[in-house]
Amino acid sequence: MPGKLINWSTKVVAIFKKEIKSEFRTRYAFNSLVMFSVVTLTILSLAVGQFALNDSVKSALLWVVLFFASMSGLAQVFIKEEERKTVSYLKFSASPNLIFLGKFFFNLILLFILEIITVPLFLILFEVRVQSWNLFLAVLFLGSVGLASATTIIAAIVSKTNLKGTLLTILSFPLLLPVLGISIQGTKVAVIGAPFYSGLAEIKFLVSYIVVMLTASLLLFETVWME
Amino acid sequence: MLSIELENISKRFGERTVFENINLKLESPASLAVIGPNGSGKSTLLKIICGLIRPTQGKVRIKVDGQEIKKEGHRAIFSIVASDIELYEELTALENLGFISRLRDSQHSEIELNQKLEQVGLKGREHEPVGLFSSGMKQRLKYAVALSVSPQILILDEPSSNLDAEGVFLMEKIIEEQKKVGMVILATNDLKETQYARQTYKLVN
Amino acid sequence: MWKLVLFLLMSYVIVAAYLNPAPQQSLGEVSRIFYFHVPVAWISVLAFLVSMLNAVRYLKTRDMLYDLKSSSAAQIGLLFAFLATVSGSIWASVSWGSYWNWDPRQVSIFILLLIYGAYFALRSAIMENEKKATLSAVYSILSFIAVPFLIFVIPRVFESLHPATSVVDENLKITMSPRVSLVFFPSLVGFTVLFFWIWSLQVKISQATELKKGG
Repeated sequence: MPGKLINWSTKVVAIFKKEIKSEFRTRYAFNSLVMFSVVTLTILSLAVGQFALNDSVKSALLWVVLFFASMSGLAQVFIKEEERKTVSYLKFSASPNLIFLGKFFFNLILLFILEIITVPLFLILFEVRVQSWNLFLAVLFLGSVGLASATTIIAAIVSKTNLKGTLLTILSFPLLLPVLGISIQGTKVAVIGAPFYSGLAEIKFLVSYIVVMLTASLLLFETVWME
Repeated sequence: MLSIELENISKRFGERTVFENINLKLESPASLAVIGPNGSGKSTLLKIICGLIRPTQGKVRIKVDGQEIKKEGHRAIFSIVASDIELYEELTALENLGFISRLRDSQHSEIELNQKLEQVGLKGREHEPVGLFSSGMKQRLKYAVALSVSPQILILDEPSSNLDAEGVFLMEKIIEEQKKVGMVILATNDLKETQYARQTYKLVN
Repeated sequence: MWKLVLFLLMSYVIVAAYLNPAPQQSLGEVSRIFYFHVPVAWISVLAFLVSMLNAVRYLKTRDMLYDLKSSSAAQIGLLFAFLATVSGSIWASVSWGSYWNWDPRQVSIFILLLIYGAYFALRSAIMENEKKATLSAVYSILSFIAVPFLIFVIPRVFESLHPATSVVDENLKITMSPRVSLVFFPSLVGFTVLFFWIWSLQVKISQATELKKGG
């Protein structure tokens, strides 16, 4: 059993590394993702202007930007394979679940790297002073994992259709609404300085969402992948 | 001893029936050439055989020494070379080869991988991104990738496409070798190429 | 035979809804909409469940009949969700003063509409029937799984204006007066039967159209 686990994890890592390599060389998603987020933040900041926003609204804006960033950048991990006709080699090579995990982790890292750039920018532009950093980072982390988990499986579905990009947002929104709603609340609670344990409900919720979504994705992915 | 059996395979795309009630049995060592006019479904049939496409009806059964292998295990038996299946253009030849063989549990050292590239005539081009290759070189690389995993059944869709004379010679060698150790199933428009296979199956429109 | 019973039942419901005293005196006559709006909203959720169950059966059997059943249920569900939203906002405009307030129940029915809409958007983006059936079945299941999370999140994020305990309170006891129950529950039953009847009709019509196309 441990041998198998090692075997699986080397494959997941191999897929993950290949995605990183491909992405690094083409900057296909990363560039547009970063620019998209920066532009969105800028537009929001300009639109808000001197108007004073309360913490709830600012927290909401952060997650709106992250949501649209995910829609813009997390689907290409499957769409690129379909469009460039490289899917079949992957279909032969490894068990579908390993492929899903490799791509999921890639999407996750992509999102994290994006956040390293955009979250500080957000905090500066909107003059947000976070009081409880540990809660803030925990919600940011878990919310991102939640975003990535649902988006990855929907991206797999959408990559098999004719419409792709637009469809991704339409299909993902109902599934991601729980993550967005709770993350916004948790972020706000962290910003105003509540102690960590008052955000526990939000954290538990996000963890259970992630577990359920990833499990469902793993169970359903093969069906989608083989179409 | 490997056997593959197609039971009542049909495939429909929407309203159009590509083929129906295909029944075939092959036992290794075996070689099959699937021929037929354009649109008769040769590529589709090959992809159904190796599990890339689901048949509308029917089953593909693979048995090793009489024991049937479950569908999850089918994947490991095949390798395919086809013109509508591409390699990763931003990766080098060596990287493509290494990636795909690692996923298929074929652990090769870099020296071994380089040797495989040399065997298909790509010596010196190992570290070039595949996007810069000519179509003939890409085809050769596809062969290298297909063989690196030592497949029991080799599927070839239009085996000689994009190959120059030297490449065709290489391909013939590969087919002969594969016939000795396993099975070859190829699809072609060129009647001459049926000589590579012991059996022929004709698809009609 | 049962169609006659259904007819009598629904006629009774419609008449009684107007003859009986209004369910909630505080809100006046318009609260009669309760007899229709609430069952219609519950049915739109039931249709979602039926659609999802048939989607699962399709994935297991690959029999296109289940895809037909699943998408037909979703069509009716979409219609009922739309009717629930409209009847709800009419009621809202009279009781609360505006047509739309992002009250949690309103948000929920709206999200349900979005899910149905997404489901059909997905279907229309795929040409091949089997692919269409498979992918929309997967989405049906995924969106159904998201529902418990949505139910938890929405009340926490949005404040409620809805008459919360008009049907069943926290202890799951029926809080309606017997007179109201006499009209409400038959209405619920009647609408449910209506749903299954329309659903089976829709499936049969689609099957007949398919045959006609093929032949």
